[in-house]
Amino acid sequence: MKIDTANVSAGNIVDYLNAQEHKSMLRFLTCGSVDDGKSTLIGRLLYDTKLIFEDQLVALESDSRKHGTAGENIDFALLVDGLEAEREQGITIDVAYRFFATEKRKFIVADTPGHEEYTRNMATGASTADLAIVLVDSRQGVLRQTRRHSFIASLLGIRHIVLAVNKIDLVGYDQAVFDGIVADYMAFAKDLGFETILPIPLSARFGDNITTRSEQMPWYDGPALLEHLESVPIEDGALDRPFRFPVQYVNRPNLNFRGFAGQVSSGRIAVGDEVMVAKSRQVSKIKEIVTHGGNLREAVEGQAVTLVLEDQVEVSRGNMLVAPADAPQVTDQLQAHLIWFDANPLLPGRSYILRTETDSVNCTITALKHEIDVNTFAQEAVKSLPMNGVGVCNISLQAPIAFDPYKHNRSTGNFVIIDRYSNATLGAGMIDFALRRADNVQWQATDVHKKARAELKHQKPAVLWFTGFSGSGKSTIANGVEKLLHARGRHTYMLDGDNVRHGLNRDLGFTQEDRVENIRRVAEVARLMVDAGLIVLVSFISPFRSERRLAREMLEDGEFFEIFVDTPIEECAKRDPKGLYRKAAAGEIANFTGISSPYERPENPEIHLHTVGHTPQDLAVRIVDFLHEQGED
Amino acid sequence: MHLSHLDRLEAEAIHIFREVAANFSNPVMLYSIGKDSSVMLHLAMKAFYPAKPPFPFLHVDTTWKFREMISFRDRMAKDLGFDLLVHINPDGVAENINPFRHGSNYHTHVMKTVGLRQALDKYGFDAAFGGARRDEEKSRAKERIFSFRTTNHTWDPKSQRPEMWKTYNTRVNKGETIRVFPLSNWTELDIWQYILKENIPIVPLYFAAERPVVERDGMLIMVDDDRMQLEKDEVVAKRLVRFRTLGCYPLTGAIESEADTLEKIVAEMLTARTSERQGRLIDKDEAGSMEKKKREGYF
Repeated sequence: MKIDTANVSAGNIVDYLNAQEHKSMLRFLTCGSVDDGKSTLIGRLLYDTKLIFEDQLVALESDSRKHGTAGENIDFALLVDGLEAEREQGITIDVAYRFFATEKRKFIVADTPGHEEYTRNMATGASTADLAIVLVDSRQGVLRQTRRHSFIASLLGIRHIVLAVNKIDLVGYDQAVFDGIVADYMAFAKDLGFETILPIPLSARFGDNITTRSEQMPWYDGPALLEHLESVPIEDGALDRPFRFPVQYVNRPNLNFRGFAGQVSSGRIAVGDEVMVAKSRQVSKIKEIVTHGGNLREAVEGQAVTLVLEDQVEVSRGNMLVAPADAPQVTDQLQAHLIWFDANPLLPGRSYILRTETDSVNCTITALKHEIDVNTFAQEAVKSLPMNGVGVCNISLQAPIAFDPYKHNRSTGNFVIIDRYSNATLGAGMIDFALRRADNVQWQATDVHKKARAELKHQKPAVLWFTGFSGSGKSTIANGVEKLLHARGRHTYMLDGDNVRHGLNRDLGFTQEDRVENIRRVAEVARLMVDAGLIVLVSFISPFRSERRLAREMLEDGEFFEIFVDTPIEECAKRDPKGLYRKAAAGEIANFTGISSPYERPENPEIHLHTVGHTPQDLAVRIVDFLHEQGED
Repeated sequence: MHLSHLDRLEAEAIHIFREVAANFSNPVMLYSIGKDSSVMLHLAMKAFYPAKPPFPFLHVDTTWKFREMISFRDRMAKDLGFDLLVHINPDGVAENINPFRHGSNYHTHVMKTVGLRQALDKYGFDAAFGGARRDEEKSRAKERIFSFRTTNHTWDPKSQRPEMWKTYNTRVNKGETIRVFPLSNWTELDIWQYILKENIPIVPLYFAAERPVVERDGMLIMVDDDRMQLEKDEVVAKRLVRFRTLGCYPLTGAIESEADTLEKIVAEMLTARTSERQGRLIDKDEAGSMEKKKREGYF
């Protein structure tokens, strides 16, 4: 056992534990391609540091006979592959966390999957790691995943790399093979910004160069893996960086106490120090640093405390308390690197939730600048970002956030992207910088405003948004509604999907990304027309909930009416007024809604029209009656 | 000033507690009375000081816990003044579920897994803290800190949400829930070290004492009440034993030990050659049994 416990007894245990306490902690991950031996390496580290208990060893021996891939030997990978599917398939699917300690350090290891489809799990492990062990199979050399994982490690701010050239026993401990792989790796990794890259030839299966230097490779004069892990300097500049305190929770047990709970993400703060509220730029002083164990004089990076200020200033979750002399930026427009996790691609124009450590705002990707090819690191122009893709984009936020660039602070510079309907985590981002646009383009205030314009017309402006399949009767019904309103002296305008595609949107096709942009533009136009005081009738298939919601959110409460023209697809295909269903069925039209592209039914439309058995005139009258009841007309 | 390993683990857990309190409308802490629950309770008190934890504590009682656990639970609730809810699966009581007769698998499923699901539904909790650690068991090593559950309380290990940095996705739709594990990155040694450092009260069963036990299936089972029926060749003997983990008494094996202080327990732990879950019958019923139980909604 690496920890010498032979002399441990109850008498000296307190001394022993004190010594344990002051060990440093290194978080690292293992990554690389499938079958490079990542799980085997971790199993070997646990085994060699005597962290495997007897009952686990018995279970391991029996598992090795059942599922093992190491012949008569113990298959160490089975120690870490914990899910049934993993054991059956002999692969790692999800990141597993393991813990071990030596006399010098404590370690948390993230064992991450090699398959490309599980890249998100590799990124998960990398996001909290200080060092990455990149494994390469000596027989395979540098592969696509070697490059991808190294790139993602660099993107996520990992500074130290161990290039573990594994299975060196299978190439006869040949130095030439090792040197060749190291040269290949250095050729691309030198530009990735790592502080240290240490190549080690090793055999996880037989334990060569793991805990001690192997006698099989006299030509290698570097450290064994564990020696290096114990001694690599852990970057600890966080204390010297400016004070950042993202507020998690406002603690108000009674009228006399108002504390801001959070964890210091960088720097330090002491009682009496000035602090600034990041978003409002208000300044106050620290009155108390409260903890359960008593008030502190000072708090440093990593500590979870509750801060009480001298003054009554407005601070809520999502804001930050910061050093006034070196405050973070506040912006609603930014550029970021994104890693996309979801099977549905990222679509510019679609509305998502952006979640930082404590803040959460709606956002849209306004420009996808390029995707980065992880093999060549070349920038490629794309219209959407696929699963496991890495890209650079501009993001517009509904409300400003406070942040630091990711390269300055991993904690205040990161965010995740969340789906607004399923709440799935779709991607992760690292903020590069704020876009100047946010400062320079300001809203021009006008003296004649929406209310004044609407009053002149004696009407309440609104958007009537007709959605439904092609051929469902949207335009016919909308046309009927507009005639009825016009007859009552209302000022109206109809935006029809086909008509707009002849002009404003003529550059757009029918792919998912173009459909999103199509709706975004129409929603913006409808908003301008509402501002002008008009009643706008929008007749668009608008198949996705996200974009209909985006349109709704551009307007004020009570201005948006979603009208679901609900005609079964069979009925639409039978009517087929434009002959499109016939063409789609023959495969002549790609991405046809209801045939080869999805339609997401509205969940709570203001008006739900079942059209079968009714004339368009009756339905139009029903809509006008509804508006009248709502006081809209 | 540098934070120690334990200081960092403590701060991480406090951060997690506060994230839940700030983002969920109706959280609950699962209180199972064991040492990990004791540490969680202590951390929850710290996270919200000077306020009390803004959520109740739920014990899913199987009716087969050690008697000392129940009295400890009630004493802690009284001393610390937290809001304690106790749920017992009424169907299991009606069926007269008995781990001796029905086997550990069925007993655990009905009284713990189903009981827990009932309680979560009954109170409409949207987040539940549990004391599971990643070093305990292989499928737990794979679980997120914020672990999503469907409306049926099931866990899908193959489609877990990526969990980046400490930026947690805390969003759920109606009826969906999240299990939260603030002790994910703690090891058994960390737990004991922390109990010692912070002087946290724990159930006396963890300390060695003379207790009435019988040997059954290679384990030492304590005779905690007269519901335990002896086989004809079994004899009850007083032995100096303690428990490394606590659960239902018929399913939890004692170990022979002289460790009657925290210092001795830690010293014993450091030289231990078996993992703590070895004392748990429920993990060994079948291969991958913990993963299966977790998929069904067990903690």
